[in-house]
Amino acid sequence: MSVTPDDVRHVARLARVGLTEARIPSLVSELNGILAHMDVLQQVDISGVAEDAAAAAAPLRDDALPSDALQRARETFAPASRDGFFLVPRLATHGALGASASEEA
Amino acid sequence: MSSPAWFERLRAHTVDDAWRTYDAVQAGPEGLNAFLAVDRSARGADTGRLAGIPVAVKDNLATLGLPTTCASRVLAGYMSPFEATAVRRLREAGAAVIGKTNMDEFAMGSSNENSAFGPVRNPLDRERVPGGSSGGSAAAVASGVVRIALGSETGGSVRQPASFCGIVGIKPTYGRVSRYGLVAYASSLDNVGVFGASVAEAALGLEIIAGHDRFDATSAAVTVPDLTVATTVSTEARPLAGLVVGRPVEYFPASLDARIAEQCERALQLLRDLGAEVRDVSLPSTELAIPVYYIIAPAEASSNLARYDGVRFGVRAAADDLGSMYERTRSGGFGDEVTRRILLGTYVLSAGYYDAYYRRAQAVRTLITQEFAQVFASGVHVLFTPTAPTTAFRLGEVSDPYEMYLSDIFTVTANLAGVPAMSQPIGTVDGLPVGGQLMAPHFGEATMLRVAAALEHAQRAGGMS
Repeated sequence: MSVTPDDVRHVARLARVGLTEARIPSLVSELNGILAHMDVLQQVDISGVAEDAAAAAAPLRDDALPSDALQRARETFAPASRDGFFLVPRLATHGALGASASEEA
Repeated sequence: MSSPAWFERLRAHTVDDAWRTYDAVQAGPEGLNAFLAVDRSARGADTGRLAGIPVAVKDNLATLGLPTTCASRVLAGYMSPFEATAVRRLREAGAAVIGKTNMDEFAMGSSNENSAFGPVRNPLDRERVPGGSSGGSAAAVASGVVRIALGSETGGSVRQPASFCGIVGIKPTYGRVSRYGLVAYASSLDNVGVFGASVAEAALGLEIIAGHDRFDATSAAVTVPDLTVATTVSTEARPLAGLVVGRPVEYFPASLDARIAEQCERALQLLRDLGAEVRDVSLPSTELAIPVYYIIAPAEASSNLARYDGVRFGVRAAADDLGSMYERTRSGGFGDEVTRRILLGTYVLSAGYYDAYYRRAQAVRTLITQEFAQVFASGVHVLFTPTAPTTAFRLGEVSDPYEMYLSDIFTVTANLAGVPAMSQPIGTVDGLPVGGQLMAPHFGEATMLRVAAALEHAQRAGGMS
């Protein structure tokens, strides 16, 4: 596998990095130089390695934290709530938004 | 009970001492350039284990009241609205955070030459690099501005500069210290680390910042042992009797600089004299560590650094449309090495290459981790190796990216396996310090520090300063 100038332009677009054309040849050479050293990994037998072994080595805590206490009483800034969510007045429908946008245009 | 001598030395070094040294070494064409921002009003607290003691913090740790730039143009002048847990814990212990230290941009580098704000010079030889990426923190300790400083590690960025500057540097177990407020480079490898003028001082710094933190989901709920007590050297003739030190043969290849190998063998002999059994062991996948690291770390970096788009942080380039604004901000904001790693990481994650590079690298990382586990399960308590294959090289001497990556050849494995590791001075070659590395099983910092302190004590008794 070798990196081409088009590959560099493609990944630069994906990464949202603007490159001048003058910079591309040196990046092609540098990336190919680095990736050539990675080819050794293709020779390693990884058939016995579990897919999730890396994740198992550094387990995350359970995603079950207690909720954070509010700095102010809920009633002072949100008059109503239901099922743990704040209730707010309906503002607009998507249809209405679209209509107003087209009026501005 | 009187305080140990190392603590008296630490406490005797005041904030005023720090500024006197800083003013002598920091500025000017031959100055160290170790600091990017300072707070001359910092005095610390009157109480606490670090009461009034000056400390320095690497510029990728979020601080209140001082900019956090990661030595990048893209974050120039950025003020964090919150503080990293490690920094907060230092302040709560009474420390005076006197400044933010220079570094390789976004912690990507092994020489501190990649800073957008100029390289750091090695205090022991101003024509040479201090190592990287935490070169500013290492130089701040080695020059005597502070005796404790925070750095960060992704592949050796505390241990390698500690080795180049002749001081102690610790990378804790992954999860031992909260990463909350550490600007992310490669999240599965990143650690906050500590530099110290001695083993005990580095241990004290680690003890203070370690421990569970609910703001970091990967922070481990594991009790922190008394690490400074672990560094108290027993007065017995053979204080390390019963301890097995592994010597991984892959870290002593025939190509290793014979003078560095000689220093390591001398340190191993000292460990034998202290009662330890030194045993040759094998970590066969060691040679794969650099290729694995330079796939995984850039891959994670390409994702983590996507957030610097001119919208939420730092600088914003002017452009006619949103896409152009992103591209101009990022191309103007990132230096060459950061750009190279973002493109490399994007490439190895992109369609068609993910399986060949990233997935395979993750599998080999697992093999490396398993090899460490097997060696430690065989009765080995700690491993001893050289920290780096060279001493500090000259500024500008290494220009090829992959040759620079090889500076990390002995250190990246501990990050890949998540085990604790540290570097301490073991001798010199041509007047430049050589670091010896200890590695231990997960959460084995206390044993590692006990061995390090005994070795340091024996070296001093033998005449090494």
